[in-house]
Amino acid sequence: MTPAVLKDAALTALVAFGLFAPMVGLRTDVGPTGELVLRQRWGDVAILVGIAFVGRIALMAWRAVRGEPKPPSAARTEAIRRAGTFVAPVLLAFAVALPLIPGTGRYELDLGILVLTYVMLGWGLNIVVGLAGLLDLGYVAFYAVGAYSYALLATNFGLSFWICLPLAGILASFWGILLGFPVLRLRGDYLAIVTLAFGEIIRIVLLNWVSLTGGPNGVSGIPRPTFFGLSFSMSGEPDTFAGFFGIEPSPSHRVIFLYYLILGLALLTNWVSIRLRRQPLGRAWEALREDEIACRALGINITATKLTAFALGAMFAGFAGSFFATRQGFISPESFTFIESAIILAIVVLGGMGSQIGIAIAALVMIGGFEVFRDLDEWRMLVFGGAMVLIMVVRPRGLVGHRTPTVALGERRSISAEHVAEGHG
Amino acid sequence: MAYALQQLINGVSLGMIYGLIAVGYTMVYGIIGMINFAHGDIFMIGAFVALISVVMFVSGGIMEGPAAILLVLLISMCITALYGWTVERVAYRPLRGSFRLAPLISAIGMSIVLQNYVQVAQGARVKPIDAMLPGGVTIVEHQSFVVQFSYMQMLIITVTLAVLAIFTWLVTRTPLGRAMRACEQDRKMAALLGIDTDRTISLTFVIGAALAAVAGTMFLLRYGVIDFYIGFLAGVKAFTAAVLGGIGSLPGAVLGGLLIGLIETFWSAYFSVQYKDVAAFSILAITLIFMPTGLLGRAEVEKV
Repeated sequence: MTPAVLKDAALTALVAFGLFAPMVGLRTDVGPTGELVLRQRWGDVAILVGIAFVGRIALMAWRAVRGEPKPPSAARTEAIRRAGTFVAPVLLAFAVALPLIPGTGRYELDLGILVLTYVMLGWGLNIVVGLAGLLDLGYVAFYAVGAYSYALLATNFGLSFWICLPLAGILASFWGILLGFPVLRLRGDYLAIVTLAFGEIIRIVLLNWVSLTGGPNGVSGIPRPTFFGLSFSMSGEPDTFAGFFGIEPSPSHRVIFLYYLILGLALLTNWVSIRLRRQPLGRAWEALREDEIACRALGINITATKLTAFALGAMFAGFAGSFFATRQGFISPESFTFIESAIILAIVVLGGMGSQIGIAIAALVMIGGFEVFRDLDEWRMLVFGGAMVLIMVVRPRGLVGHRTPTVALGERRSISAEHVAEGHG
Repeated sequence: MAYALQQLINGVSLGMIYGLIAVGYTMVYGIIGMINFAHGDIFMIGAFVALISVVMFVSGGIMEGPAAILLVLLISMCITALYGWTVERVAYRPLRGSFRLAPLISAIGMSIVLQNYVQVAQGARVKPIDAMLPGGVTIVEHQSFVVQFSYMQMLIITVTLAVLAIFTWLVTRTPLGRAMRACEQDRKMAALLGIDTDRTISLTFVIGAALAAVAGTMFLLRYGVIDFYIGFLAGVKAFTAAVLGGIGSLPGAVLGGLLIGLIETFWSAYFSVQYKDVAAFSILAITLIFMPTGLLGRAEVEKV
């Protein structure tokens, strides 16, 4: 350990002390008289400063050992791809078999439904962000459109879930086109901010248009889904699921049905994106992601390419939204805040933009993992955000992300940084 | 008329706060071409540091009056500048030359981190403080409607103008400002001519964060209540201001801030309070779609 390393680490510790001394060391609490009082926590500050000091030394040591960072080689992405071909069927088999595994209770199934909802949203957003390279920060707006479409159509007109599901998808993709159209000309980061603004506008309208949406009280009494017209009630009548098949009525039937429903919807999303990637449209998306100007020069219709990405991504969010509404039976604008968009984006970014299996694993780890550590709820988003920064710094394309083209003539090679506007990373 | 005059005063003092934040956005955008999404949360950090120092000095009865406000302002600026520097060092510098959306995603992550860090460290409840400068000057009294220009609003406008004057001097008259403008025009060329671009970019973040800290302190003193979430809305509105004024243009940011403050105040006063945030978001979308260069910005030429 040289003096230079120690000096550097000491400086880091000093900066850490400056950062944490007021914010962590002096906590403002409402005192007995209603005035704010300070509570001192110098022990915590000392721990954080210590972590910064040791962490800096460890980082420098690791850098010295590792040497110059190497660009990700095609061999590595190929290895990841091959690992994915083994992991994906195992995960899929596990997902299909989960309700049948003995010991799987209500809690595990509910958690499975939650994780699969985020897997589906992640795959939907992946079309927009991962394939077409358009950063959409208002994705949750389409989720909201889907949820409200089903809730309002079902409660006002009594339409069934299976009629509303495609309608919700169509309405959401319509909104996707409507919002996508004016922002087509914008650069990537401007586009992100405008989609953020649109997402917030939709939420504020839902919150304040009380006569239609019920405002902050939301829509309640949303009908539950039926199994081709057979309801999941406990009465055991012939027109219920249990009565028709002559089995014992059980509340777990509906949960299992919902589980397989979202699994089917998620797999549909996956299937559509995998198939589209190989077609001209999907290849145009990938080209657009890498270099918009080159894409235009090659005669690809930028408008149609971008709009289809927006519309398809929105459609799957709409499907997921109407599933969310029928599962909860109650929706309110609170479920559709910017933080939701950020969580979905974090899943896509962490899993690897463009990687189906990576996104599924990321959703499983992030949503499932945090559900297990429920008591640490306020730390959850802190870890989410930190992971986003860390992944961007270490592997900007995500953990399993790769930039090898989906379709290649002859040998499959990594896209060279010199050839496209996107650069390395 | 009296009502409108009151709204004008409120709008200008609010717009000054937005303007101060917007300068930070526009500077960073000008120099490295990224949207510093976490800047709104830097503003929030500034407000919280100010809150902690207010509780420490004023509620403890150690100091009071203008001297205390000046001290609080200085502490907030120093600590927040340190936060700005750290954010750049940790989350943005390693991403130079990475793919286009990487810095923005990293900035969104940083914004989430800062918000939840403050929530964990300081608690999720709103933090109220007593007014430090109560009272004001009555300008017009018209049929029981009193138009008041409060001392606090005067302070906001004076401090903002003073800070902006210092800042303008810094950018136009000092070697640092010259280096910043050089980096803005052509970073590679500036580096070839011996400018330490990394240091210049770091200092840009430091200055931007210090200005956001002034805004945060003023926000705290004016409204008396803050929580960990104020940075998101204030950030988006200030960004709107920067875009409206023409991103990259410093006078544009202040002008945009004033306009956004006025529009928001008059919108709430005459149309609807519920939809006041929609006004700001719509202006953002409309400006970007129809007038991407803003009021004082210059057109960006796309080079292949």
